[in-house]
Amino acid sequence: MDILSLLVVIPVITVLVLFFINDNQMVRIISALGIGIETILTLFIAKGFMAERAAGNSSEFLFTRDTVWFESLNIHYFVGIDGIALAMLLLTAIVLLAGIFISWNIEDLTKEFYVSLIILGTGVFGFFISLDLFTMFLFYEVAVIPMYLLIGIWGTGPKEYAAMKLTLMLMGASAVLLVSILGIYYYSGMTFNMQEIAQMEMPIHAQRFFFPLAFVGFGVLGALFPFHTWSPDGHASAPTAVSMLHAGVLMKLGTYGAFRVAMYLMPQAANEYSTFFMGLAAIGVIYGAFGAIRQTDLKYINAYSSVSHLGLIFFGMMALNKTAYTGAVLQMISHGLMTAVFFALIGMLYGRTHTRDVRKMGGLLKILPFIAVVYVIIGMASLGLPGLSGFVAEMNIFVGAFQNPDFIHRVFSVLAVSAIVVTAVYILRVVGMMLMGPVKNEAFYKLPKAVWYERVGALLVLLPVIAIGLAPMWLTTLIQESLGHIVEHLAAYGH
Amino acid sequence: MIEGITVYDVLAVSTIIFFIGIFGFVTRKNLISLLISTELMLNAVALNFVIFNKFLYPGQIQGYVFSLFLIAVAAAEVALAIAIIISLYRMDNSVDADDMDTLKG
Amino acid sequence: MGDFTYTIWIFILPIAAFLITGLFGSKMPAKVSGWIGTASITVALMLALRTAYQYFIQVGFVEGHRPTVFAYKEVWMNFTETLTFDMGILIDPISVMMLVVVTFISFMVHVYSIGYMKGDKGYYRFFAFLSLFSVSMLGLVVATNIFQMYFFWELVGVSSYLLIGFYYDKPSAVAAAKKAFIVTRFADLGFLIGILLLSYHAGTFDFMTLVSEDGPLLAQSAPPVFMGLSIFGVALSLIFIGGAGKSAMFPLHIWLPDAMEGPTPVSALIHAATMVVAGVYLVARLFPAYHGVDGGVVLNLVAWTGAISSLFAAIIAMTQDDIKRVLAFSTMSQIGYMMLSLGVSGMEGHHGLGYMASMFHLFTHAMFKALLFLGAGSVIHAVHSNLMSDMGGLHKHMKITSWTFLIACLAISGIPIFSGFFSKDEILVAAFEHNKVLWAIEYIVAGITAFYMFRIYFGIFWGKRREYHHTPHESPMVMAIPLMILAALTMVVGWAIPFGNYVMPDRMAYHGHIEWSLAIPSVAIGALGIFVAYIFYFKETSLPEKVSSAFGQSYGWAKDKFYFDEIYQFFAHKMMFAGVAAPIAWFDRHVVDGFMNGVGWMTETFSYLLEGWQSGKVRQYGFSFVAGLLVILFAVLYLNGFIDFKG
Repeated sequence: MDILSLLVVIPVITVLVLFFINDNQMVRIISALGIGIETILTLFIAKGFMAERAAGNSSEFLFTRDTVWFESLNIHYFVGIDGIALAMLLLTAIVLLAGIFISWNIEDLTKEFYVSLIILGTGVFGFFISLDLFTMFLFYEVAVIPMYLLIGIWGTGPKEYAAMKLTLMLMGASAVLLVSILGIYYYSGMTFNMQEIAQMEMPIHAQRFFFPLAFVGFGVLGALFPFHTWSPDGHASAPTAVSMLHAGVLMKLGTYGAFRVAMYLMPQAANEYSTFFMGLAAIGVIYGAFGAIRQTDLKYINAYSSVSHLGLIFFGMMALNKTAYTGAVLQMISHGLMTAVFFALIGMLYGRTHTRDVRKMGGLLKILPFIAVVYVIIGMASLGLPGLSGFVAEMNIFVGAFQNPDFIHRVFSVLAVSAIVVTAVYILRVVGMMLMGPVKNEAFYKLPKAVWYERVGALLVLLPVIAIGLAPMWLTTLIQESLGHIVEHLAAYGH
Repeated sequence: MIEGITVYDVLAVSTIIFFIGIFGFVTRKNLISLLISTELMLNAVALNFVIFNKFLYPGQIQGYVFSLFLIAVAAAEVALAIAIIISLYRMDNSVDADDMDTLKG
Repeated sequence: MGDFTYTIWIFILPIAAFLITGLFGSKMPAKVSGWIGTASITVALMLALRTAYQYFIQVGFVEGHRPTVFAYKEVWMNFTETLTFDMGILIDPISVMMLVVVTFISFMVHVYSIGYMKGDKGYYRFFAFLSLFSVSMLGLVVATNIFQMYFFWELVGVSSYLLIGFYYDKPSAVAAAKKAFIVTRFADLGFLIGILLLSYHAGTFDFMTLVSEDGPLLAQSAPPVFMGLSIFGVALSLIFIGGAGKSAMFPLHIWLPDAMEGPTPVSALIHAATMVVAGVYLVARLFPAYHGVDGGVVLNLVAWTGAISSLFAAIIAMTQDDIKRVLAFSTMSQIGYMMLSLGVSGMEGHHGLGYMASMFHLFTHAMFKALLFLGAGSVIHAVHSNLMSDMGGLHKHMKITSWTFLIACLAISGIPIFSGFFSKDEILVAAFEHNKVLWAIEYIVAGITAFYMFRIYFGIFWGKRREYHHTPHESPMVMAIPLMILAALTMVVGWAIPFGNYVMPDRMAYHGHIEWSLAIPSVAIGALGIFVAYIFYFKETSLPEKVSSAFGQSYGWAKDKFYFDEIYQFFAHKMMFAGVAAPIAWFDRHVVDGFMNGVGWMTETFSYLLEGWQSGKVRQYGFSFVAGLLVILFAVLYLNGFIDFKG
């Protein structure tokens, strides 16, 4: 057993153990324990990874393991990580653990909830370690399917509609994606091995055809404009932990996949399509931000804000240089953490006030200081305040985007940069309406303060946001080391 | 091997049986008749297995084995089908296929 | 050149104070958090003074120039192999001066706040934010590169937001905080885009490289790209927009008057003495670049922005009733002076007078404006109102406040001996030598300034004797002592510090003298302003009403701040909310999502159409099955040539 496969095995074992337990409290503890071990393992892997790098191991992927799975179709179980995947693993572990703590108060079908949640997590972990397209796609589906149950059963509001919409759109995207994966397989000499595919040059006509399919296929999950509409409805109906995991981690499957499959395997087509998708992403950035201004439901605000922030990831990817790539990956992590805290806080507020309408709240800073202060800090991270992770990510993306003096790139870049003002508007609008001002509802004075598991959950995710914001160097180095290959390829096309 | 009977003769027989089965399946209304027609088709196929084995691969036995399987499956199938027909009869008091539309989607 | 590594403690101490008071402040007695904050800033002040002494006196001149010292310079984040984001401490004349100003004013405000904020629920929160602000502002002034400056620039912005919204259950304070943040953020957008343009075209963020003679900006002349400006000119203009936003220059000034919703010590520290001069400091920091790029076109923009702002603000200040707002507009007006002074400056020797004057005015203004605000705070503390119409005749109740306020008013009016005279005189000299129109504007503004300052002085401390609910009394000593210290300094620093010896654009010593041919007229117009104010307001008369009605409509315009708030409101609400955000929300719900729902609807409809085929009749199924089978069979046979219809 290699160390990366353990990442998949531990959650599976946790799920198996959960099947034999009927006591709700035990279920929670076992889940927290299992994912806690998983988190420690992830940290251990990170430590090992950095030690290897420090020792001068410069191979592209570390901890690789290649086992033949289905020989006649050349399908392998091939895993391995580079710095980017490692960063995503850390993000997943943190958000998943926080999600388990945040869901501590679920009393309805507790066991089934945790089982679905952990299966989802298994899929995500598997996705990030996969280097074989087939394995990757398999884990992708494992991650996406439980979402339907989690929203459909434990959700609120028009949950069946939302769950169905989300699942159908994501499945539609999966179909497109599968076509693209099979195309890549066919045109790269019948192999799913991504490392090999990246080494060879796929014929340009095939790249031209399959790049948009792969990019859009993953883009749907990453809420790429205009394929984002499942996200506001889905998030609004999903239970707290699911929103956290979905926005925090699952949507990163889309962006990571777009990077790992579309950009990494087909750089030539990426170069040709860059202006088009960059424009689309830039529109998404500003569009999402403006969309958030008008909303009154906290979850809708955050969902549109996610469209904007994820747009920035695609935008950074399409800027096609090392700095912007670093920024895009940083933004994945930063947004993952920020949005997870946001949804956690929204869940806590909704659980207390039974409303998500910002107009009905007011003055909560006085009543719920912990929740409010964390909300303000994360809001500030979201609008790119220096010293928090959002700033680090955005600045890398913007500096990267400005390294192309082409006029149309400049226009798109300025458009994307100007979203920082709009972001400030909607964040401060919410903070002003909801947390500050007079208390609008007398009943709010009796709201209970945050309890231990809520504090643990929120702080788990908040602390990395601050840590990355204050000392980004180790993370940027980690990411930049892993970008050598794709940057070399792009250099051939004049970037 | 019987002298003068070629593989074509036997194949003709099995084909005739098969098409009798198809004809019955399409034209008859009675569920029992439908079942009998299906059995005829199955038996035609089983016959084919035996013939091909006999004439083409005389040294091997897979064809025989398969026909035995077919007989066993057919028996199980008949039992199942009869059970379904009887319960349908109990419900609707009829064994006319045109009266049944429980398969309607 | 001496060891400056201890300067790091100027930052570490306030950070520690911020963390301790912010995290644990609610669990300790309120007083303790106040003392922690004050103690940390006291030590920081000591260190800043030591830095100043070491830099200006001990190190002095190296080969005739004041040197640039990097106490620290570490890579914080790397964008590419060559383009890095450094954090460090830059020691040069203006940064050392700002270190002293910031720590000193912050120290005064801390001490004052111990008395002023006493009994407030958010006592510890207030001191935590003050520490946060102090450290951000200090980080801004010692920035070694423009990105570090942007980093702390945003942090002071957020500290300002937090402090303006300190009384967060007051809707007006929340609105003001939001407005301040968003307006400055909008300006910072320009700043950021400017930086990003530099990142590509200059390839460096480092101040020293950007302003050096053989640096990317000054060594070659870039082709014009936009309205005659080269790309560097564009970048510098954009960066100036950021500075103008932070310094409340016309037309981005609208947040400053509203920012007075914050506690008064905050107004003194942030919105008078330190943060609002960040824009001036930014231009001064990049001064050689502004001066050299495109032949100084951008510098002209700076000068005119300053001149217009100072006139505009002075006119409004005459009409306001809220004393803090008068002081806010006065701040805007004085910062206009500083901007103008930078804008008219040259580089070498006597030509660099404007630069020196600007920094000097920044220095003196920080003292007397902080004094004015703290004095106003003392008055507000006593009468529980911001409005001048609620005050009058306070001189006999509050002697210390009254005398110190008078000293500050004399200083801002440019009366000799007091510090403002010296710095303002040099600004006027620099303006006169550069452009007579700019000089004339500033000359008039000097008179107006004297008038409105003495208008509030007489209005508060003399004029009508009012009845108060309870007799106003002098503030406690903890508040009065800072007033006295600041007043003493206001009387001294003008003539005691040979500023030209310390701060010049070419870093050489300059020995200025007072240009009496220009100084006497400006003192005269200041005295005239005071005299007019004396006639109008010393005793209650009906004269002010008569004069204001003589101005008719234009008086109303000035009182309503020339409707800039309404114009912005129109743009923000009508254009952004109703014109952009609402259509986008509609578009998203109905077009984008409608399309997706439409796909779902089509699929469903289509499946209903196919439903009829599922009759449930076994025989139909069987027939279709057989028929289909036959069709396929014949098709396969035909395609493979077994059947030939031609016979």
